[in-house]
This record gives sequence, C-alpha cells and structure tokens, in this order.
Amino acid sequence: MKYIDEYRDPQRAKALFDEIRRKALHEWTIMEICGGQTHSIMRNGIDQLLPPNVRLVHGPGCPVCVTPLESIDRALAIAARPGVILASFGDMLRVPGSDRDLFMARSEGADVRIVFSPLEALQIARDNPDREVVFLAVGFETTAPANAMAVWQAAREGIGNFSELVSQVMVPPAMRAILSSPGNLVQGFLAAGHVCAIMGWEEYEPVAAEFGVPIVPAGFEPVDLLAGILLVVEMLEAGISGVRNAYGRIVTREGNPEARRIMNEVYQVADRPWRGIGIIPQSGLVLRESLARFDAEKRFDVGHISPRESPLCRSGEVLQGHLKPSDCPAFGCECTPMTPLGATMVSSEGACSAYYKYHRNTTP
Amino acid sequence: MQLSCPAPILRHETVQMAHGAGGRLSQELTRRVFMPHLQNAILDQLDDQAKFDVPPGRMAFSTDTYVVSPLFFPGGNIGELAVNGTVNDLAVGGAVPQYLSAGFVLEEGLPLAELEEIVRSMADAARKAGVMIVAGDTKVVQKGQCDRIFINTSGVGFVREGVDLSCRNLRPGDAVILSGTIGDHGMAVMTTREGLSFQSRISSDTAPLNGMIHAVLDVVPGVHAMRDPTRGGVAATLNELASSSSVGIELDEASIPVRDEVRGASELLGIDPLTIANEGKLLLVVPESGAAAVLSVMRSHDYGREAALIGRVVDDHHGMVVMKTPFGSRRIVEMPLGEQLPRIC
Repeated sequence: MKYIDEYRDPQRAKALFDEIRRKALHEWTIMEICGGQTHSIMRNGIDQLLPPNVRLVHGPGCPVCVTPLESIDRALAIAARPGVILASFGDMLRVPGSDRDLFMARSEGADVRIVFSPLEALQIARDNPDREVVFLAVGFETTAPANAMAVWQAAREGIGNFSELVSQVMVPPAMRAILSSPGNLVQGFLAAGHVCAIMGWEEYEPVAAEFGVPIVPAGFEPVDLLAGILLVVEMLEAGISGVRNAYGRIVTREGNPEARRIMNEVYQVADRPWRGIGIIPQSGLVLRESLARFDAEKRFDVGHISPRESPLCRSGEVLQGHLKPSDCPAFGCECTPMTPLGATMVSSEGACSAYYKYHRNTTP
Repeated sequence: MQLSCPAPILRHETVQMAHGAGGRLSQELTRRVFMPHLQNAILDQLDDQAKFDVPPGRMAFSTDTYVVSPLFFPGGNIGELAVNGTVNDLAVGGAVPQYLSAGFVLEEGLPLAELEEIVRSMADAARKAGVMIVAGDTKVVQKGQCDRIFINTSGVGFVREGVDLSCRNLRPGDAVILSGTIGDHGMAVMTTREGLSFQSRISSDTAPLNGMIHAVLDVVPGVHAMRDPTRGGVAATLNELASSSSVGIELDEASIPVRDEVRGASELLGIDPLTIANEGKLLLVVPESGAAAVLSVMRSHDYGREAALIGRVVDDHHGMVVMKTPFGSRRIVEMPLGEQLPRIC
C-alpha cells in the first residue's frame, strides 16, 4: 500500500536503527509528544530495539487523556437531559467520569452517538430540528479546524439547535510546562506530525530557543519515527537546539494557513485545565464571545460539577514523562483497560493503554 | 352479493402485526414468502416439529442469533449470514451440518420485498452448504421494538468418526493456519453503515466452510482444533485457544493476509484488522507434520486460496498471543475489549 509500506520497510528501519546506535554516544531522553506516535512505537516495538542510552518518554498528546474529568462529567450531565443528542468521537465514550461513562449513560437511555467528523454532528442537528445536538469538541490543533468549521457552518446556516462542549488544547504551552517543571528529564522532542501539518513549525522555534532543546516534527510510521529520533540524537550530540523537520512530505514551516484562519475565527486562546496536570496558562481554545450561543457549557445549566479523581491514578506524571506506565503501582492491578482509573488507560492513544496492550509482560 | 363490510386486505407491501398473529395473514406470509424458497420434504409437512432419521454416533447442536445492521451489505445479507454462521459453527467441531431451524423476529413495517430477498438468500446459502432448513417460526413486534429483522438459526450435524477437535487440544510445536484474508466482513459492514461515507470495494467474506473443512479432515484427520474467527476476529479466537490449552501462540506479522482495502480502511479508522469479524474464514491448529498437507488442500478450495501458515504454538507465555513484528520486536496481541472505537485523529 503506497505511502504506508515504504515507511514500514524493515530494511530501511534496520539501517536507521544502526545509524542511531552509531551516532548516540551519550545518554539521551527524548519525548514523543503525540499519543499516536506512542502507540506506533509500542506496537512496532521500536523502544525494544533502540540502544539503551536512547530513552523515549511519552508525552501528553492524547486528547482523550488530557480532557478534564469535569468536562466528561458535564458531558454526562448534558447527555442525560431529555431531548439532547450527544455526538462524540468514539474514543470518548469509554472514558470514565466520576461515576460512569457515556456507554453507561447510553444504556440508561441517553441518546449518545459516535461520529467520525464534527460535520456529521451538524448533519444530525439539521435532521433533528426539534432536538438539541451537542458535539463533544475535544482535541489538539489537529481536530480544531474541523471542530471550528462545524460552528462556522452552523452560524452561517442559522442552525439553532447545535452546540459544542469545547475542550481544545494546544501543544506548545504543554511543552513549556514540561520543560519548566522541576523534575524535567526531557532533552529533545519529536513534535506531533499532524499538529504541525496544521500549525507549521514556526511556533516551536521560540520554545527551542528559550529552553535550548532540539524539536523535530515527525510522522507515525516506524521509518518516520526513526528518522525523527535519529535527527534529535544528531542535534543533541552536536549540541544544537532549534527546529528541524523529519516529516517533509506532510509538514511545512507555515502549516495550513486556511485551517488556522477558520480556527481563529471561531475560537480564542484561554487558560485550560489538563487532566492529571492542572491548569496550563493560555493552553486551550474556547468559543469566541460572538459565538457564545454555540457554547454548550453556557447553553445548558447542569449545576455545580464536582469531579472525583481516583487517588491511585498517577497519569499526570505519566503525561509529563516523569513516570513510565509500568512503574505505576496500580498498573495492571487496580488499573486495566477493563477497569481504568484514568484516561491514559482508556484511550487508544493513551500511554498506559499502549503499555498494557502491547508489552504488559514483555517490558522489563 | 354486495358485501356490507370491507374485506380485509390480504396483499400487503410491508409486514403487519397480523402477519405474526397465527391467522390468515400468517398463513399468507408462509405461503407467499417462506415456502416458495425454503420448501423441502421435511418442511413441507408444516407440522409443529421436524422429524428426521439419525445415524449412529455423536451429534453436534449449535445456535446463533443475527442482528446485523445494515441488513444488506456488499457481499451478502443477514439471511446468508444466518445460514453460513450456524453451518460453520457445526463444521468447525468436525460435524457434517444437516438440518437447520430459522426463527424470525420481524418489525412491523419491514418491506415484504426485503424479507423475501433475505429468505431467498437463506435458501441459496442452504443449498450451497448442503443443508436443509426444516423448522421455522415468525413473530412480529411493534415498530421500534426490533431493528427490522432479527434471525435465529439453530442446527444439528453428525460428528465424523475419529475426529477430535477441541480448543483444549493445542500442543507446543503445532502450526497455526489461516484460510485467507482477515477483516473483510467486519470492514464491509462498518464502511456501509450509516455515517461512514467513504467508498470502498470491500465485500463480506460470508461463506459456508463445511466443504473445505471436511476436505481437510479427509486428508488430515488429526487436526487439533478449528475455529471460525467471527466477532472479535483472529485476536479473540487465538486468545481463547491459547488460554483454553494453556499454551502460548506466536504469530508472524508479515505472514497474515490482509487485503489492501481493509488495511487502508483500518488505518483510517484506527482499528486493528486482527480484531475485525470474519464470516468465512477458518483458523486451524495442526501438528507440524500435517501443516503442508492442510495448506495444500485449503489452497485448492475456493474459500482457502490464500491460506497461510501464520504462526506456531509455543511452550512459553502461556495463555497469551505474541506477535513477531517485521522489525524483530515483539508485542502482545490482546483480547479485544468490545465495541470497536474509532480514534479521534
């Protein structure tokens, strides 16, 4: 299959592994930002084949994982209201709120639907003018343009029964938070290829300069990831900071200006709580005041939400690269994909779920 | 003579509550829709039970209920699936499937033309598989109480002598053989389902496997286990086998056949083809010495042309399935959790 097979070619991968082994003379800790990258690394066992002095830690780039519990509880409360259709990407349905998840809400009679695009949710609103359709708009910069487009369209067509429960977050503020945290171990980053396809890499240049780290936009296939790791290792060994691109077939310095335009038209930057991490300043997107009528949080008064996190869950440390999932005492015992204590064990992109799924007994 | 009240309409376009009430309309449904396609010497008796002769030896009995949506998908429909499913469940136990029953739950308002199309497919599938549908029942429920049509099929078959197939029979060293490409059925259904709007050429693989299974058993009666990897896909079936036999299974990723279209759709949706349902595939575990003969018989059969040796049973990581990647690393193949959840980005 074109554009897949050549980036999964074992020969090319082997050459890159050899090159990394040759170039890496010191101990390095590299964080891959995106949960999709984490899964590809675990699925293909890339971590097992890297030299021991090149250590990967897993970043916060899983939208499901960092969505605050409060947003999930709010979604559950809105979904339970009569007349509401709650539309969501499939990943969100199994994420536990304080006492249940959206699957359970559905079995109790809530109308919860899985969609593949926010525009599908908008279509549901057009088809059901007497119902309120709420889309759970979660994600990083990758999903933001499409989520913005749904609101933009709804405004243009005057669709009055559509709204979004917005929990959008952005990568650069999270990188700054990780690099400024006292116990930080991360020396270089693989930036998330799909996020950079939208945002370009320009906005990473000040982060690289301020903290003196290499940042390399990278893809998701084994050869893409290895090319990214090699570039970070080369920059670390040479003492170079800055941004260099290892995902040239998708990412440019400018990104996709048209997608960013629609994002900026619909959303504005705001402080945002990240599940397991806390509030990161200027790290989220919320609907602009002029579009407040599409904001489900304002539209539905569900009273005070007081979320209760499991005291055993240490996903915040996992998301910042301080803790490997398998080193968490609850991993594989109290916390499994069937009985997840935190979202990192639920999402298909969560680091804990990746460890459980692919390596729970084979990881040393 | 002038009738003083209107005569009941007997020719409907859609299923009515009265079609299930046991009266004139029920009779009409049987006569117009079911009998023309399904008739055979036993069913034609229209008794409350089917009666047939039984040879000496052991019988196998199986039941399954079909609720697939959409009812019609590329490569088949719910009727064909309902016959092939029970035929395959009997055959993988080493039985020769013979007689099936079919129970229908119909939703009021179902177009009779659709019902007839489904019944015709069941008759065709039964003919192809060499089985007879000898008992049936129909109930009608009000609109909204079921999703157009649910079908239960149960079946009996006669177990071949000298065959001992069981999920507890796996031994270290055995070969694991798969009859062809994985994920075709599940992906055909998923891509047809409302809301998923990309075009694809993926067709369901629904097929009766009894012909191929008995051809294999004729040549290699010492096969240890057979299963058809339906819901949960190859991942679920192999995990069940590994756990029942307390052995490990090691797969070779490069050897597992997956169509490009299925791979492409799986990449888009973020779903592992190993966890997608199949309806016409066979997983077979056989002592190493019989592997070549099994592969050769399967490859000469229509439903096994792309049969492949995909792995081995090992005396290690008991109860677990482990995949060797083309890069030389290893990962666990997990028992799938349940509903397939497409990822966000």
